Amino acid sequence: MEAKEIYARTERKFSGKVSGFQGDVIDPNFRVEAQAIVEVCRYLRDDPELNFETLSDLTGLDLPKENRLQVVYHLYSYSKRHQIVLKVDLPRDNPHVSTMEGVWKVANWLEREVFDLFGVIFEGHSDLRRILLPEDWVGYPLRKDYVEQEEYDGISTQRAPLVEKLLR
Amino acid sequence: MSEAPHNGGEAFHTEDMTISMGPQHPSTHGVLRFIVKTDGEVMSEAIPDVGYLHRSIEKIGEKVTWHGYVPYTDRADYLAAMFTNQAFCMAAEKLGGIEVARRGEFCRVIACELNRIASHLISVGTFGQDIGAVTPFLHALRERETINNFMEEICGARLTYNYIRIGGVGYDILPETCARVREFLDHFEPIVDEYNRLLSYNKIFVERLANIAAITREDAFQYNIVGPNLRACGLKWDIRRDIPYSVYPELEFDIPVGTGEKGTLGDCYDRYIVRIREMEESCKILRQCLKMLPKGPAIAKVARKFKPPAGEVYVRVEAPRGDMGFYVVSDGSEYPYRVRIRTGSFTAMSLIDKISRGLMVADLIALIASLDVDAPEIDR
Repeated sequence: MEAKEIYARTERKFSGKVSGFQGDVIDPNFRVEAQAIVEVCRYLRDDPELNFETLSDLTGLDLPKENRLQVVYHLYSYSKRHQIVLKVDLPRDNPHVSTMEGVWKVANWLEREVFDLFGVIFEGHSDLRRILLPEDWVGYPLRKDYVEQEEYDGISTQRAPLVEKLLR
Repeated sequence: MSEAPHNGGEAFHTEDMTISMGPQHPSTHGVLRFIVKTDGEVMSEAIPDVGYLHRSIEKIGEKVTWHGYVPYTDRADYLAAMFTNQAFCMAAEKLGGIEVARRGEFCRVIACELNRIASHLISVGTFGQDIGAVTPFLHALRERETINNFMEEICGARLTYNYIRIGGVGYDILPETCARVREFLDHFEPIVDEYNRLLSYNKIFVERLANIAAITREDAFQYNIVGPNLRACGLKWDIRRDIPYSVYPELEFDIPVGTGEKGTLGDCYDRYIVRIREMEESCKILRQCLKMLPKGPAIAKVARKFKPPAGEVYVRVEAPRGDMGFYVVSDGSEYPYRVRIRTGSFTAMSLIDKISRGLMVADLIALIASLDVDAPEIDR
């Protein structure tokens, strides 16, 4: 199914909660209100003609200029061979969104990663811990304004640039 | 007089034992750790603990130029560096609207399929070793060594290739190399039968794998299991055929799927045998590519200061560990705004917690080996 029609169907069902369809880009996408994302995804999965069986990817995108964080969902249907991209805008200082675990289980780890690297809180998540970084790491590295701590556990995270030494 | 030991009754009670397996266990394919709760030999859960190999490759992507990022993608999955190269270059090409040189496309496929054979050789070789068969691993590494030599001839590196560039490939493949690859294929195809005799149909090996840790298709969708692991569940799905890219639509090859031939559909044995058969298919693809290799430049003209217009793209390639997704965002500058690497191993690891319940500890090793997870790819 064409992305345009996927959006039209979703909009008919959830009018006012979805918006901003972009159809003339490489991967067509639209925005979903943060409160409605789980319902929308459950509908996209269960509707027999949309039938998005899997969540290919769930990731974050930091947009400090517009003071928002985006959570990006890539949905794919094996049986219908179509894909759609959903985006949820969250405020940068307090990003909260419901977990997608109840719809696709893979969201458990993908959301942990977004929590780890972007600091997005997924409400209702069964096990929201850091996954790649140590539990006591400070900050969210994939945010654009992230400043690395100078040392971790007594180990320096900085190294003098080797090239400059050679040039001297 | 000593007391008789308690052999039962109410005074005797059991409790689950919690064992930390790893982070350096030899069978865990890189630096992985599992927190295993067991009752004797039977596990009640095995919780994966990952992150030991996290090198923030995604963050580095925001700090280097588009061309400069290609060598970093090598490190995302060093057993299959060609595919990470290709996925990133495809993303950049889609954003920048660059058409790849036709000879370059064929060079890419040749390099990628050689790399796929090398990666699967490691996979099935270490599989045997994990189960206790050491000899097949040595046979597998012997063949992989030849492929490494080809890679060295093609691009000068044996592991981290940095071969595929935006617009094509870094170096043309020479006719002498083509001839030697052809010779290798003549030698390698019978070797696959040798593996089958040595390992695939070995009674002990089959009994260790059949009916162990079967993954249903529903679980595969829920946990987004991809690549050979998904095909082992019986779904005929291959990005090369179903979301075609590069010159794969012009090539003929089969997609091996699991059939449950030794036990249940989607068990460890199916995941193993799919990889063996994929190596045969890669040989077929290589033969066709070597025959079809067109003349012309191997790389298209791309600006040194490559600045694709603002936009975003999600590309998929069929890597040895399945659907590898690169989500790349450009803001029109010299540096990528965001690079996200979605790998098959990461999602496969998230399934282990569920599937391992009730398995024996020794079967966990078979399960990890059969999913072919690769620590650098999980942690990135």
